[in-house]
Amino acid sequence: MVTAQMIDTIQEEVTYERPSALADVHTHYCPGCTHGTAHRLVAEVIDELSIQERTILVASVGCSVFAFNYFNVDACEAAHGRAPAMATGLKRVNPESVVFTYQGDGDLASIGAAEILHAAARGEQITVIFINNAIYGMTGGQMAPTTLIGQTTTSSPFGRDDQQTGQPLHMAELLAQLPGTAYSVRRSLHDARHVIQARRAIKTGFEAQLQGLGFSIVELLSSCPTNWGMTPSEALEWVAEKMVPVYPLEDFKVVEELQGRRRGRR
Amino acid sequence: MPKQLLKGNVAFAEAAIRAGCEAYFGYPITPQTELLEHMSKRMIELGRTFLQAESEVAAINMVYGAAAAGVRAMTSSSSPGISLMQEGFSYIAGSEVPAVVVDVMRGGPGLGNIQPSQGDYNQVTKSAGHGDFHALVLAPSTVQEAIDLMGAAFDLADQYRTLVIVAADGAIGQMMEPAELPPMRPLPKRRPEWALTGASGRKPNIVNSLYLGAAKLETVNQRLQEKLERIEANEIRYEADGVEDADLVVVAFGTAARVAQTAVQSMRRDGLRVGLFRPITLWPFPERQLKAIAARSKGFLVAEMNAGQMLQDVRAVTGSDFPVRFFGRMGGIIPMPEEIEQAAREFLAQTLTAGAPAGPDGGNGSRR
Repeated sequence: MVTAQMIDTIQEEVTYERPSALADVHTHYCPGCTHGTAHRLVAEVIDELSIQERTILVASVGCSVFAFNYFNVDACEAAHGRAPAMATGLKRVNPESVVFTYQGDGDLASIGAAEILHAAARGEQITVIFINNAIYGMTGGQMAPTTLIGQTTTSSPFGRDDQQTGQPLHMAELLAQLPGTAYSVRRSLHDARHVIQARRAIKTGFEAQLQGLGFSIVELLSSCPTNWGMTPSEALEWVAEKMVPVYPLEDFKVVEELQGRRRGRR
Repeated sequence: MPKQLLKGNVAFAEAAIRAGCEAYFGYPITPQTELLEHMSKRMIELGRTFLQAESEVAAINMVYGAAAAGVRAMTSSSSPGISLMQEGFSYIAGSEVPAVVVDVMRGGPGLGNIQPSQGDYNQVTKSAGHGDFHALVLAPSTVQEAIDLMGAAFDLADQYRTLVIVAADGAIGQMMEPAELPPMRPLPKRRPEWALTGASGRKPNIVNSLYLGAAKLETVNQRLQEKLERIEANEIRYEADGVEDADLVVVAFGTAARVAQTAVQSMRRDGLRVGLFRPITLWPFPERQLKAIAARSKGFLVAEMNAGQMLQDVRAVTGSDFPVRFFGRMGGIIPMPEEIEQAAREFLAQTLTAGAPAGPDGGNGSRR
């Protein structure tokens, strides 16, 4: 039985709300797309690190082309693949700012391969959020450098043939080879446990920049139900069953200064 | 400040520094590399930003980033590199951030060669990238003017939030001559209000050229066009020498104008009424000023180090009835004064003073 005295003692406790760094707007993303999850995780980390007022987003070309509308931070929209170069220009003249790029696989691994490689090679003090959904989403589902062997897309209608188009690119592994890289890991967004792990990795990626340790990248396996021709839940299962075996969820480079955060969190 | 012997490329770089350039991003290419090299030393000494990019594509996008942060930013290159930068030019124009580019033109097309050329005229004035925009284009003809125009380039870029291209040819980049540098300007203490500096105590700023709605993008385009019209109305620069009484006016820019000056002086010593008109802004082109001169002279000889690119702008001004001839050298060859003089004397003798009608070979921009 609830008494008046008991009601007096009930206090509201907010357990879930929109992060301050996430804009209060509708997004254009398709139902079931994991961009929304990734956006929220980044915004939560910006809030948690209290860096909203000094963060600058460099959006890229792809489905996340409107990312500048979804974050309450200073932002710009780079040319296709050039986000790491634009971020370099921003960070070099704004060394106190926290600069991050948000790029898809076509943008980062194909047309922007040179820019991401050299940003990492220079140890550019930026953080890269890399969305790998194994397809070009915005243009309607063409083959990406990350498309799986045998995967059907609108530009590989018979399935990706490695004899013709080579093997999927493993960007987190590749960029981990460079001395300028402080942090390079891959995570996935296909279920709650992995989302929590992804959030921790994003936070560590930003901390690498805040500590001036060098280039940081978090690759996030993501779903594209629309262009994969699946329901949202089927698409998440496809990430777990098809993508994760090809793209292992590992830490490929974690510099010593960040190692303490890594323990027991994988 | 006393005059000193300066190489054009070094003069461009040092003038940019003194005009307050805070960030330089570039990539080596002959014949502009000394500009990058000078920056690599001086910018670091001054605690400013210098970075050798992995490509011209990256360099211009780094400029885009630094310019979006509200500092005076620039790059430099030569013709093949300018082609690669066109992507960035278009984004810079579309998002209205100020930036300065130096193009030390070389022979083309393709890899061409590394000799002086004016073959990028159409590229920089008319097709610097996709979409409706023009860069403001300044063309120096001496090392001193290279210095003076660098300061103007940064001021104009800031004033109109636009892309300014300083178009020189390899001769201006490579030659040494006495010139005077301006004093060092103090750097601004504040960034512009639109700049990306972190949204502290204000709403977020966005630097962007994407507008999916057709009506919205047309509005943006109309605003850009209005800005270009203001530039056309206010920023025309040119030099006219001896055009008041001239039967024949030689129209040339950059190094070609400098060579033409010698030819014009030689002819005037012989009593021929010849003048020189030198556009300094290639875009906007001094149309009104040239039209006024056409009204009181008998013909124009256009001299360029290309196949006749500015020629089209001159003919657009004069119309098809006015006698216009062209003399040009390509392949990286600088014309000799005697060549221009001979072309001018022939034109005068055959067409302008003999009263002969302007035939297909006589009056309408025939090429040799």
